[in-house]
Amino acid sequence: MLAEIVISAFLVIGGIFGLVGSYGLLKLRDCMQRLHAPTKASTVGVGSVLIASMLYFLLVKGQVSFHEVMITLFLFLTAPITAHFMAQVHVRLREREDDLPETDRDFGWSIYEDPPVYGDGD
Amino acid sequence: MIEYALIFALTCFGAGLLFNLWRIVRGPGRADRILALDTMVINVIALLVLFGISKGTAVYFEASMLVAMVGFVSTVAYCRFILRGDIIE
Repeated sequence: MLAEIVISAFLVIGGIFGLVGSYGLLKLRDCMQRLHAPTKASTVGVGSVLIASMLYFLLVKGQVSFHEVMITLFLFLTAPITAHFMAQVHVRLREREDDLPETDRDFGWSIYEDPPVYGDGD
Repeated sequence: MIEYALIFALTCFGAGLLFNLWRIVRGPGRADRILALDTMVINVIALLVLFGISKGTAVYFEASMLVAMVGFVSTVAYCRFILRGDIIE
């Protein structure tokens, strides 16, 4: 009985956070603000659903499963990379090169210039 | 009790998919559409795991793992195409 309560609580929390993440995608005004909302769905939403799945298979079915840990690790590793790429795309499409501040380095912004080549370039 | 919580969570993530579809259709910029597609992939992963719980099998974990990998690669490829004009240089 206690196991059912805990699993149901994790499922409800995950559902609420997933809905909040997708609703924020509708409600927020700017693209940079919208980048913030789906992180809730991808961390707490999917994470608590996967915890509920682990607990379900452990407590109800009586079998240990580690697939959820793999999915969680993969999502947590890739979420910052995709968010960074999407922020780069937004800056590339919305801002002009002259509007961005100086970098105070030998080379400019990486979204406009090729990466610097050190050594002999091979 | 778990059944009702499962129905609630499935409804939440399904409604989230509809919100993402609205953002893909109406999104003012290309970055918004990529973001909505990425969120859609995450919602589909959660839906697959929930469906696996409701069926009581561990078969759907492989499917959700594959969806996670393909979603990451497709998002990065789309962003690279807009940023550099090419995917593999």
